[in-house]
Amino acid sequence: MSSQAIFYKTPKDLPREEWFASGHRLCAGCGAGIAARLVFKAIRGPTVVVNPTGCVEVSTSCYPYTAWKIPYVHVAFENAAAVASGIVEAMKILNKKRGKKLHDVIVFAGDGGTFDIGFQALSGALERGHNMLYICYDNEAYMNTGIQRSGATPIGAATTTSPAGKVIPGKQERKKDLIAIAVAHRIPYAATASISHPLDLVNKVRKALEIEGPKVLHVLAPCVPGWRYPPAETVRIARLAVETRYFPVYEVEYGRVRINIKVKEPKPLEEFLKMQGRFSHLLRPENAHVLEALKKAVEENWERLVKLEESGVTL
Amino acid sequence: MSAKKIVEPIVKGQFTYRDLPIGAMIPIPATSLEYKTGVWRTRQPKIDYGRCIKCLLCWVFCPDAAIKRLDDDSVKVDYEYCKGCGVCETVCPVKAISMEEV
Repeated sequence: MSSQAIFYKTPKDLPREEWFASGHRLCAGCGAGIAARLVFKAIRGPTVVVNPTGCVEVSTSCYPYTAWKIPYVHVAFENAAAVASGIVEAMKILNKKRGKKLHDVIVFAGDGGTFDIGFQALSGALERGHNMLYICYDNEAYMNTGIQRSGATPIGAATTTSPAGKVIPGKQERKKDLIAIAVAHRIPYAATASISHPLDLVNKVRKALEIEGPKVLHVLAPCVPGWRYPPAETVRIARLAVETRYFPVYEVEYGRVRINIKVKEPKPLEEFLKMQGRFSHLLRPENAHVLEALKKAVEENWERLVKLEESGVTL
Repeated sequence: MSAKKIVEPIVKGQFTYRDLPIGAMIPIPATSLEYKTGVWRTRQPKIDYGRCIKCLLCWVFCPDAAIKRLDDDSVKVDYEYCKGCGVCETVCPVKAISMEEV
């Protein structure tokens, strides 16, 4: 079952067509903008996008402006996956009547709409097994409303609702493992990807579209105002997240784990942290215990994945 | 039909929200192209074509699709939409892109 399908070998193979047009109002240097552009370069035909509330929604669909060239539905924060299931099933009936090819349905949700608010709808859709691709662009907090902590915020990160002060140094809890939760639904394909590795990302989107059943893709998309770094560093930070093992890039195909980017010699985690304002307090000596906790969480996660890959167990 | 044609009659009071399509649907794709985000920028990229190796990385990573890929795979900055983030400068492997003050 481990087919190494490669649809795009070099950047030259990517289509010229932009399904996500210029003129949207995402911040300069936005990671989610890069993710959206790349994801929709990999579509294979008629596609419907379902987008719950989030940065991408508010900035691409300010009436009467829309940045989308493909059919786009904006829905409430909590029911993106439910609406997508409805579209998939309605499309089946319509296409049976008209005898046309089925459309692909892609959900493009933020981490708030996936990890927290839209979680029950996602879990329900995965359990019912609709043929759709759920993509979560993860910027690790509710950036749209002003950087509030979410289930995706890592340990120690400062947000406006988990500020770094003298008593509490940033968020205390660890990040939810979305892919592990998705895999627990026994879905055919779940993967993580980073915008810093665009060919890996587009190939995963395309591979996922070719598979029948519910698919989940978790894409890391750095956020300029939320992570507090200069806008030009977006791609560099996303790459450091992969190179320090902070964000492992792997896929789980029919329960088998495969790490796509094997980081043999990881860079020190501090290199990734020191570029961002949200982690600046972690490098101070009094917060060394939080840094240790974060390092431990990162290391544990990596070791778990390596063990799963080597043992070849089916999750 | 353009985005302006949808809003102008409303602003002028010629018709109300009742005349809009159901669900405030936008019947035309990519009307955002009429919203020029180029006015946001304080710095702008300049491409040194002598150094460019046509690797297309700037085109791949531009969040605003403001770098156009031409037929011969060379690139051109679209200053109408470029927000001046500088991602293209950091991803360029041969340092052919430099950011300069507007």
